[in-house]
Amino acid sequence: MTRPCAGDTEQKMRKLALSDEILMRVEKPARYIGNEINAVIKDKEKVAIRFAMCFPDVYEIGMSHLGIQILYSMFNEWEDVWCERVYSPWVDLDQIMRERHLPLFALESQEPVRDMDFLGITIQYEMCYTNILQILDLARIPFLAAERGEDVPIVIGGGPCAYNPEPIADFFDLFYIGEGETQYRALLDRYLENRARGGTRLDFLRSAAKLPGIYVPQFYEELYHADGTVRGRKKRYADIPDKITKELVLDVTKTHYPLKPVVPFIKVTQDRVVLEIQRGCIRGCRFCQAGQLYRPVRERDADRLKEYAARMLANTGHEEISLSSLSSSDYTQLDELLNFLIEDCGRRHVNISLPSLRIDAFSLDVMSKVQDVKKSSLTFAPEAGSQRLRNVINKGLTEEAILHGAALAFEGGWTRVKLYFMLGLPTETEEDIRGIGDLSNKIAAVFFETVPKEKRVNGKVQIVTSTSFFIPKPFTPFQWARMCTKEEFLDKAYLTKQGIMEQLNQKSIKYNWHEADVSVLEGVFARGDRRVSKVILEAYRRGCLFDSWSEYFHNDIWLQCFADCGLDIGFYTTRERAEDEIFPWDFIDCGVTKEFLLREWKKAKEETVSPNCKKQCQGCGASRFGVGICREKKTESYV
Amino acid sequence: MKIRIKFAKYGAMKFIGHLDMMRYFQKAVRRADIDIRYSEGFSPHQIMSFAAPLGVGIESYGEYMDIEVLSMTSAEDIKLALNGVMAEGVEILSVNVMPDNVKNAMASVAAASYRIRKKSEDARTAAAGGGEDAADDTAEEFPITDLGGKLQAFWSQEHILYTKETKKSVQEIDLKQGIYELSAEPDGAVRMLVNASSGGNIKPMTVMEQFFRFAGADIPQAACQVIRLETYADMAADGEAHRFVPLADVGKYS
Repeated sequence: MTRPCAGDTEQKMRKLALSDEILMRVEKPARYIGNEINAVIKDKEKVAIRFAMCFPDVYEIGMSHLGIQILYSMFNEWEDVWCERVYSPWVDLDQIMRERHLPLFALESQEPVRDMDFLGITIQYEMCYTNILQILDLARIPFLAAERGEDVPIVIGGGPCAYNPEPIADFFDLFYIGEGETQYRALLDRYLENRARGGTRLDFLRSAAKLPGIYVPQFYEELYHADGTVRGRKKRYADIPDKITKELVLDVTKTHYPLKPVVPFIKVTQDRVVLEIQRGCIRGCRFCQAGQLYRPVRERDADRLKEYAARMLANTGHEEISLSSLSSSDYTQLDELLNFLIEDCGRRHVNISLPSLRIDAFSLDVMSKVQDVKKSSLTFAPEAGSQRLRNVINKGLTEEAILHGAALAFEGGWTRVKLYFMLGLPTETEEDIRGIGDLSNKIAAVFFETVPKEKRVNGKVQIVTSTSFFIPKPFTPFQWARMCTKEEFLDKAYLTKQGIMEQLNQKSIKYNWHEADVSVLEGVFARGDRRVSKVILEAYRRGCLFDSWSEYFHNDIWLQCFADCGLDIGFYTTRERAEDEIFPWDFIDCGVTKEFLLREWKKAKEETVSPNCKKQCQGCGASRFGVGICREKKTESYV
Repeated sequence: MKIRIKFAKYGAMKFIGHLDMMRYFQKAVRRADIDIRYSEGFSPHQIMSFAAPLGVGIESYGEYMDIEVLSMTSAEDIKLALNGVMAEGVEILSVNVMPDNVKNAMASVAAASYRIRKKSEDARTAAAGGGEDAADDTAEEFPITDLGGKLQAFWSQEHILYTKETKKSVQEIDLKQGIYELSAEPDGAVRMLVNASSGGNIKPMTVMEQFFRFAGADIPQAACQVIRLETYADMAADGEAHRFVPLADVGKYS
């Protein structure tokens, strides 16, 4: 590189989409300039496909997502594809872009999204739905897929919310159901073939609709009974599938991994190297959607992970590394991997950030090696206050295990404990709710019993008890369950607070609870059908955006939109479903069968626990993939 | 060993703030595999310090940071290694091994030189449609006749007073003794050398605003493009008022 003359460098450099004046006016201009380490720049004349990959939330959230890094890296390894990133412009820039009619652009080329071949949007949580419309709007892509012309990018949705795509089905040309590594190349090849043939947008969608895992919503119509429940579906073409089966990586050790992830300039939520150690979860908690969607459990080989860790740290310069999985304590090679990382990272002055591990002697030993015990806190997620309710939700954690873990931790010097619970779980009683305060109190009592007065740091223990509101999700045993109203939720939070106030050690316990309005709305979107889409569009038109950010959430507008669109929130939330009801998402096969989920729903009501996948197979249906945990020998003694 | 690194920051990188630049360099040092010294304690950090923070939106060709290394082959190797891992818009200009007794970069800063131009109108407002024609940064002359003469007249005043208002106080400050050079360049830019020490730092745009007022020109701050050219230490001998030396060259004087 030759030294440029002061002041005349701009012409030689990549041109930014936004002027200096705008970038100086907005908060954190680094969100919009791209140019980060490991961002991929290609010659646009030399690629056949331009793909804009979007996380519809602000940069700091979107940049922390592993899935996009995986797809970004995989796409850019293909010579004929240039994949770029797009995030939601924050409210300040959003306003400027509207006032000045500036088009949404991708970070790498700084060129309009509208000029790309594809816009892929990952949908990680329901409350980003209006942000999806913002992306389309600012990109100047018609909201409704059916109204899009030949010159507009193909809009693809993916991620967990794509498992019930119906509330946003109208906005997408197609959904990719399942893990992204497997079918994208085939999909892009069909696009190229179609273009070479001179085919239309419709031709491409028809061809794509026959690929495994691909769902083209405009080719299907949702039919309803008079009572509003789903009667069935009608398809427009005979040669497209009735059921869409999720895509799954069979060997996670051999699949693509992003060894050169993009390194942001500004601090983002996940500002570290992330090692995904396994996919799926053996636990089968009945409220948990991820635990069902990503079955079966597949582990990545520890030797491969060690190699990845070294290469990713060298490629990024990150000073921290963390492990990612739904339940790291169940990873069979955890001991070996952590011992390696503690030694290797210590040498490199790299911190290890541990995911929530089950609190036991092993994990406390590991934690004491990598964290400052005095400053860090321990996390337990009992999820319910009583053993009865924990059996209902199939959360294996017992009070005995929690108290034992807490005692070990207090002996080890920890003084801060975080507890997570859910309110509004099926069958919940006042007694279960009071159990939250009782358990919090017992943990505080364990501290005072375990740690002698003279050894107490600052003389006290700090218990932070948090509750969130239970939202039934598709593809879980609780998909039939009734969800509480806002008022019921708030009563339960009040009762929890009362219960804590009555405790002997209440001064050591801090209680946080979640907002109820947004949970109710999330409940509608989670189990919504295609009719919900018009409410989302209407709310966006009336200014709703960044609904997951409480300061921008306008519950009054949402309620008015439901009323004006003639949809009843209670129909989607507070109605317990009949066992034979057809759900809007039943046409998707996530690997786990509806029969299994129904069995689990019944067992929940009987307060019966199901053993985890390592102990005994429950016949969920995922064994048909023939991989991972389903092929391993069961161990009756596994806890 | 104490190493002084001089770098440039331009283009899109001018929008990266000071704290984020520090984080950027911490990661860069790791990528370049430099054997930097770490502090003791439970969470060790790299021994690294920056000279004078640069405001967001300002380009610079005279930024400095000091690091301490445990081992190295040569200063040139460190420069090559770092330049191999830079983002577009950050460039290592020189690497110098400093004598141990040299004050650290931050404590040494006495002055900085700047070049200020007026951005052309189309550089300030992005063309609707974005892409090719948007945000073309080109400069034009300040709409002030006899710029050099006016600068001279401005600087020759006995006092250059301005009122600094903060949340806590209103203070009257005389810029005069902190301006060491002020002139027009042949291409119509303004060049200045001003105090940049921690106690008496003068922002170049503060001087420009007072000058615009003096010259009766109505030019908004956003219309100006500021470039820092060099950062200096003051190596004045006894009896000398100042002797400004680029931070990279301080080692030759100690």
